[in-house]
Amino acid sequence: MKSAVKKFKGLSDKAIAWIFIAPTLILLLAINIYPLIYAIRMSFTNFYANKIGREVKFVGLKNYKKILGKEEIWEKMQITAHFVCWTLVLQALIGLGLALLLNKKFKGNELLTTLIVLPMMLSPAVVGVFWTYLYNPQVGLFNYVVNFFYDFGIFDMIGSSTLAPWSIVIVDTWMWTPFTMLICLAGLRSIPNYLYEAAEVDRASKWQQFIHITLPSVLPFLLLALLFRGIENFKMFDLVAELTSGGPGSATELASINLKREAFEKWKTGYSSAFAVILFVTIFGFGNVYVKVMNKIKER
Amino acid sequence: MRKILSVFLVPVFALLFSLNAKSESLTLGWAAWDPANALQELSKEFTAETGVEMNFEFVPWPNFAERMLNELNNQGKTFDLLIGDSQWIGQGAEYGHYVKLNDFFDANGISMDDFNPATVYAYSTWPKGSPNYYALPAMGDALAWAYRKDWFDRPELQAEFKSKHGYDLGVPKTWDELYDMCTFFQGREIDGQVRYGAAINTERGSEGITMGVTAAMYAWGMEYENPDNPYEMDGYFNSDASVEAVEFYRKMYEDCAPPGHSDAYMVANLDAYKSGQVAFQMNWYAFWPGVSKEDSDGRVSGFFANPCQNVCAATLGGQGISVVSYSDKQDLALEYMKWFAKPDIQQKWWDLGGYSCHMDVLGSPDFVDSAVYAQGFLDSMGIVKDFWQEPTFVELMLPMQERIHDYVVNGKGSAKDALDKIIDDWTEVFEDDGKI
Repeated sequence: MKSAVKKFKGLSDKAIAWIFIAPTLILLLAINIYPLIYAIRMSFTNFYANKIGREVKFVGLKNYKKILGKEEIWEKMQITAHFVCWTLVLQALIGLGLALLLNKKFKGNELLTTLIVLPMMLSPAVVGVFWTYLYNPQVGLFNYVVNFFYDFGIFDMIGSSTLAPWSIVIVDTWMWTPFTMLICLAGLRSIPNYLYEAAEVDRASKWQQFIHITLPSVLPFLLLALLFRGIENFKMFDLVAELTSGGPGSATELASINLKREAFEKWKTGYSSAFAVILFVTIFGFGNVYVKVMNKIKER
Repeated sequence: MRKILSVFLVPVFALLFSLNAKSESLTLGWAAWDPANALQELSKEFTAETGVEMNFEFVPWPNFAERMLNELNNQGKTFDLLIGDSQWIGQGAEYGHYVKLNDFFDANGISMDDFNPATVYAYSTWPKGSPNYYALPAMGDALAWAYRKDWFDRPELQAEFKSKHGYDLGVPKTWDELYDMCTFFQGREIDGQVRYGAAINTERGSEGITMGVTAAMYAWGMEYENPDNPYEMDGYFNSDASVEAVEFYRKMYEDCAPPGHSDAYMVANLDAYKSGQVAFQMNWYAFWPGVSKEDSDGRVSGFFANPCQNVCAATLGGQGISVVSYSDKQDLALEYMKWFAKPDIQQKWWDLGGYSCHMDVLGSPDFVDSAVYAQGFLDSMGIVKDFWQEPTFVELMLPMQERIHDYVVNGKGSAKDALDKIIDDWTEVFEDDGKI
C-alpha cells in the first residue's frame, strides 16, 4: 500500500489528471465516438443489417444525395420543425409565466410547484398511452373540456391530419413546460433584491422592472432551457410513437420516427446511417449557432 | 465445523444436481393472443409425454414482427421454435433463419398433402408453390367479420332496413350491402345508446390498415403483379378496380367507423364490438372462439366470411411453425413439430380454439357443426390471398401502410395517387433487391 502511495506521489499532476479522466474518456470513445465513426463509415455503403452474406459496396455520396433529394424527407423535416418551434414557443411562454407566478410567496407554493413538476417525472411512453385515452373523442376528457367552453361537437385530435400535429405539441408542452419553469425559477431566484429596491427608488413601474431587470436576468436561463428542449425535441421519438405512431398517414411522422423505420424495420442500415449523420450535423450546427448567440446575450 | 458445513452444503449440492438433471426445455415464440394461450395449454401434453419443458414468449401484435425479425436478423438463440407470419417465409428461407424441413418430413412420414393446400402454399413453401418446406401449417386464419345478430333480428329494424334498401337485413353478400348495413347502424340509437357501423382496420404502425384495405381490394379483383410477368405492377395493383376498392374503404372509414377509430387493429376492433359500439367488426378468425365463448346461446353474434364484390376473396392471416436455424436444440424442436403434426393433436388444437390446417380435422363430418364460425373458416380458406411474401416484405409493407393511411384516414391526395406511389416505392425495393 505504501509503495503504491509512493508511486502515486511520484506522478506529475498532469499524469494524475489523466488517470482520473481516462476511464470516462475510454467509455466515451467506446460508446459515443466509435459508433459515430462507424455510422459515418456505414453511411457511404449499401449495407443492410438483415441481409446476411450480401456484399457491402461503397456507394460514395449516393445515400446522402438520395435523402436530400427526397421530397418526403423534407416533409418530415417540416413536420419536425413545426413540432420543435411550437413546443419551444409555448414552453418558453408558459414556463416563464409559471416561474414568475411561483416566484411569489403564497400559501401552497411548494405543493403547487411539486404538482406542476409531476408530468416531467413520468415516462414518455406512459404519457403517450394515457393521452391517447384523454384524446379519445367518445370518452376522453380533452373533448369534454373543450366542448364545455365551446361546442365543437365530436372531434378526433389524433385521427385528423389538421389536429394531430397540434396534439403532439400539446402533450409535449404539458410534459416539459415544468422543466423550462424550473430553470427560469432558478434564474429568477438568483436576481439580487437590491436591483428591484434601486428601481423602486428610481420610481420604475412593475413593467419597467420586468423589462429592464427580470427579463435580461432570466433570459440566459430561459435560452439554456430552450437549448436543451430544442435538442431533445429534434430527436423526439417515444412520446410521439406511442401517441400517434407518426399518423394519421404521415402527418406526425417526425424525422426520428422515419429514421427508426428505415433503420430497424426496413433495415436500410447504410441509408439510415446517412440520415442519422444528416440529423446529427443539423442539430450540431443549430446548437453551435445557438450557443454563440446565447453567449453574446450573456456578454451584454 | 465440518458437521455444520455438511448440514448446509449437502442440500445445496443436492439442489444443484437436481437442477442440472432437470428436463430439457424448448422456447417457442409467437404473438400474444388467445390461440397462443390455447397452444400453451395443448403443449402441456407434449411435456407430459416427453418430459421436455415448454417455455413461451408471446409478444403483443404491434411489436411482434419487429421483435421476432430483430431476433432472427441478429441470429439470436432465444427461440427454438417460431410461429411466424406467412409473409416472413421468404425472408426465413432466403436468409437462412428457418431450417428446411423436407428431409425431416420425409423421415417422419409427415406429408404436406395432409394439410389444407392453401395453407401449405402460404405458410410453408418458398419459393412460392415449390416443394421446399420451411414451416408446418400451424394456425389457419383469414380476415372475416362478426356482426350483432341480436340487432339484426329485431323486427322493427328489419322492416326499416327493407323499406329503405329493398332487401332483407342479414349477412351481407357484397361490400355494397355491407356498406348499406353499416350506414344503417351509423349514429343509430339502440337501447338508449348511440351505435356505429363497423370497426375496421385502420392501424398505422404495423400492418393493420394494409390487411384491412386488401380485404376490399382482393374482393374487387386486385392483383399485385402481372401473372405472366412478375414484378410488373403498373395496371394491376393500381387498376381501376383497385382504385375503386381503396376509395370504397375510405368511404367505409368516413361513413361507418366510430369516432376516434383512426389507429385501430385487432384488439381495438374487438373492444369496439364487445362494448356494443358497432354493428360489425372486421377481424381474424382467431378471435371468434373468444367472441363466441361469451355468447354461449349464439344469440348476440354472427360470423361471416369476407363479402364478395367483383370476385370472392379474403385476406390471409395465420402462421406456420418453423424451427429456428440458430437454435442449439433443433432436434428437440423437430420432435415438438412431429408431435404437433399428429392428427389427434391437431384435433385437440382445434377443440382448444386453435385453427388446425390438417385435412383430417377440416374434412371431418363434425367439423362444420363444431363451431358457428367453422363453415365461414372453411369458405375463407378456399379464397385467401396474401400480401407479398418476398424477403423484403417489411420494406414493401411500410410504404403501403403510410400511403394508404395517408389517403384513407388522413384524406390526403387520391386513391390513384396512393397506389401509384406505392408502386414507385415497391419498384425501388425490388430494384434494390435485384429482382427487377
